[in-house]
Amino acid sequence: MATVVPISWYLVLAAVLFSVGVASFLLKRNIITIFMSIELMLNAVNLTFVAFSHLWNHISGQVFVFFVMVVAAAEAAVGLAIIIAIFRTRQTLNVDQVNLLKL
Amino acid sequence: MQLALFLIFGALAVAGAINFLLQKHPINSALSLVVVMISLAILYWSLGAEFLAAAQVIVYSGAVMVLFVFVIMLLNAGKEEHTHGSRAAYLVGFPGAAAIFCLLSFVFLSEGKALGAVTLGGHLNDVVSNISQISSLLFRDLLLPFEVTSILILVAILGAVVLARKER
Repeated sequence: MATVVPISWYLVLAAVLFSVGVASFLLKRNIITIFMSIELMLNAVNLTFVAFSHLWNHISGQVFVFFVMVVAAAEAAVGLAIIIAIFRTRQTLNVDQVNLLKL
Repeated sequence: MQLALFLIFGALAVAGAINFLLQKHPINSALSLVVVMISLAILYWSLGAEFLAAAQVIVYSGAVMVLFVFVIMLLNAGKEEHTHGSRAAYLVGFPGAAAIFCLLSFVFLSEGKALGAVTLGGHLNDVVSNISQISSLLFRDLLLPFEVTSILILVAILGAVVLARKER
């Protein structure tokens, strides 16, 4: 069994997913897609938690991922409600047109 | 086995993420994000986290993404148009993301020897199963944070209802 995978490959995969999440957070103009790229970044961080939990043979990393999932689900519910409220008042999903707080 | 799982589903996750970035329509982005989440669930399973693999499929690619797709269809979101502000984001976004990726992967690969390698399933499930370990930690040592999350969910439900309600 020589085909083992180094832990660092999992971490580099998580870095790839996180960077794509950052790039799409900055590049996308649709507010729903921006919100989804936050979820992508959270998933990438969860992968590093699970990889390190495997590395240290300790379960607490997985429990941390469990709490991240709970908070992300609550955040998705509240955030999508805010998006619906924004669409109802401004009739747009483009973040460039949501500029009430801009100077 | 481990290497094949990692290569197949890691490549699938990266391809899904790139497709998420390149697609113009939000519904296509949402569906490629489902691909990323399911391949991440299989990677969790290969790292010995069976409970999290199941929770990832149920919570993320089930509940959260259904909520996203539902809102996309409810608001009838079409193709996103590129405005003047997105050109500056292109100039900052790609170099910034590439810099973050280079920094992170440099640190991880330079520490790669010290981090070691993965064995399928891990040592976590040698004696008892992964789920019983998690549940004994969650319901005994971390009982108070676990109960506080239920209050958090309740507040989130109330907040979502109040925010999405039609104003009179």
